[in-house]
Amino acid sequence: MPVAQTGSDRIWKRRDRRTQLTVWAVQLSCLMVFVYCWSLVSDKTIWEFVYDAPHQAGDMASRMVPPAWDYMDQLWVAIWDTINIATLGTMMAVVLAFPIAFLAARNTTPSVVFVRPIALFIIVSSRSINSLLWALMLVTIIGPGVLAGVLAIGFRSIGFCAKLLYEAIEEIDTTQVEAVTATGASGPQVLHYGIVPQILPAFAGISVFRWDINIRESTVLGLVGAGGIGLQLNASINNVAWTQVSLILLVILGTVIVSEWVSAKVRHAII
Amino acid sequence: MGTNMNTSVHRTWKKPPFIQSPLLRWGLVVGAAIYIALAFGTMDVNWSRVADGIPRGQRFVSAFFPPDFVSRAGDILDGILESLWITIISTVAGIAISIPVGLGAARNLSPRPVYLASRAVLAISRTFPEIIIALFAVKLFGFGPFAGFIALSIGTLGFYGKLLAEDIEDMDPSQAEAVKATGAGWFQWLNYAVQPQVMPRMIGLGMYRLDINFRESAVVGIVGGGGIGATLLTSFDRYEFDSAAAILLIIIGIVMAVEYSSSYIRKWVQ
Repeated sequence: MPVAQTGSDRIWKRRDRRTQLTVWAVQLSCLMVFVYCWSLVSDKTIWEFVYDAPHQAGDMASRMVPPAWDYMDQLWVAIWDTINIATLGTMMAVVLAFPIAFLAARNTTPSVVFVRPIALFIIVSSRSINSLLWALMLVTIIGPGVLAGVLAIGFRSIGFCAKLLYEAIEEIDTTQVEAVTATGASGPQVLHYGIVPQILPAFAGISVFRWDINIRESTVLGLVGAGGIGLQLNASINNVAWTQVSLILLVILGTVIVSEWVSAKVRHAII
Repeated sequence: MGTNMNTSVHRTWKKPPFIQSPLLRWGLVVGAAIYIALAFGTMDVNWSRVADGIPRGQRFVSAFFPPDFVSRAGDILDGILESLWITIISTVAGIAISIPVGLGAARNLSPRPVYLASRAVLAISRTFPEIIIALFAVKLFGFGPFAGFIALSIGTLGFYGKLLAEDIEDMDPSQAEAVKATGAGWFQWLNYAVQPQVMPRMIGLGMYRLDINFRESAVVGIVGGGGIGATLLTSFDRYEFDSAAAILLIIIGIVMAVEYSSSYIRKWVQ
């Protein structure tokens, strides 16, 4: 227990001198890094705009009310597209992630040296690139539209689903697999009867969880032209139609809340 | 166990289905089939444009072998550094704001009105994707890294504040009571009873958020919020796929480095 001695008094301290100095040194260096980065960003900022921002925000807010409710007629198709992008993208991702997860899991991969690194590389590169960046690439390559959105969501989600799934596969109960193997089952039969039933609940949970995230992400893909409600948002902002913008924001808010509710209900039912 | 009883003595075992109720099982299958048919039926795809894209896609893939790090090296370096600054300051600032809000949003710490107000702040900042916040920040603060900084700080606030509040609500009350019993003031109580209990997990989550913020800082540039996203957008617009490939590889590399170091620090702290 660290104790400070002043004369005859012994006072309890939280840390001894060495630890305390280390803590201060770490805090000081973090502060210095922060201040340095801040000064760099500050150099690139036009502070007049920032000072003017509260005024601008008030102005923008006053132009946003009331929301243009009659614009809703044109939004239904966009909402449908957004949900489709998220749902079809998630479906594509789980279908592709399923085999990749088996190739990546240490206990089911056909080869730890050759196949596993490839599967892990697919997972890492899919996860590192944000769905908006995938959408940007796909729009450049196959043109704007819902298809680019579906593929972007799909490519981004493969890594996420496969990673969680292969971790679930690595944590399965091996005694069940052994029992199935002992009956003389072949490799695919062991997979079908011994492993898949154990990971199906996790698989369903992961899919619903990712679907919920994808709904949120598919609302913004339109900013780069990949379909969905983001397209309308971008158009309304460019046309400075602020009453339409506020309606779109409300619609996004509603969609996100509903999808979160659905996903929580389904996951609750599974687990 | 699902057994299939025949009239003869012949009995075969059948694997029990994942969903027990046949009505729900077949209902889900039929519903999914109808939905997929509808979704594909209403999807508007310009197939000739997609076909045009195939050679462009091949060019893009071949641009990775080898990628061109050199000809736009200055722009790429500027963009990456800017992304890193944004990541660091928005993580620090976001966590700094989320501490008071998170304390306010912990049910066992704050009075009811403060609790409700803080929870409302967290809910609002969590709902919208960072990129939409960035879009508005660019409108308000002008183009550049400051807008990205604001957007990511708000995102960090929603994420970190909520988790901090939940962690404080889950803390061990007996330790807190013991410190209170010594006659500690409110700040002393916070510093000696609450903080040590939540600190290890919060440092871990801070590292995790740093990781998320870097990924996000790569996209806020698409709407004008500074960072590598803007450089990437430009290279796509100019069809300079080999530079774009280089940027993507750098992003993947940094994300991996940040992810590994953050998981290392998290293990070390806990």
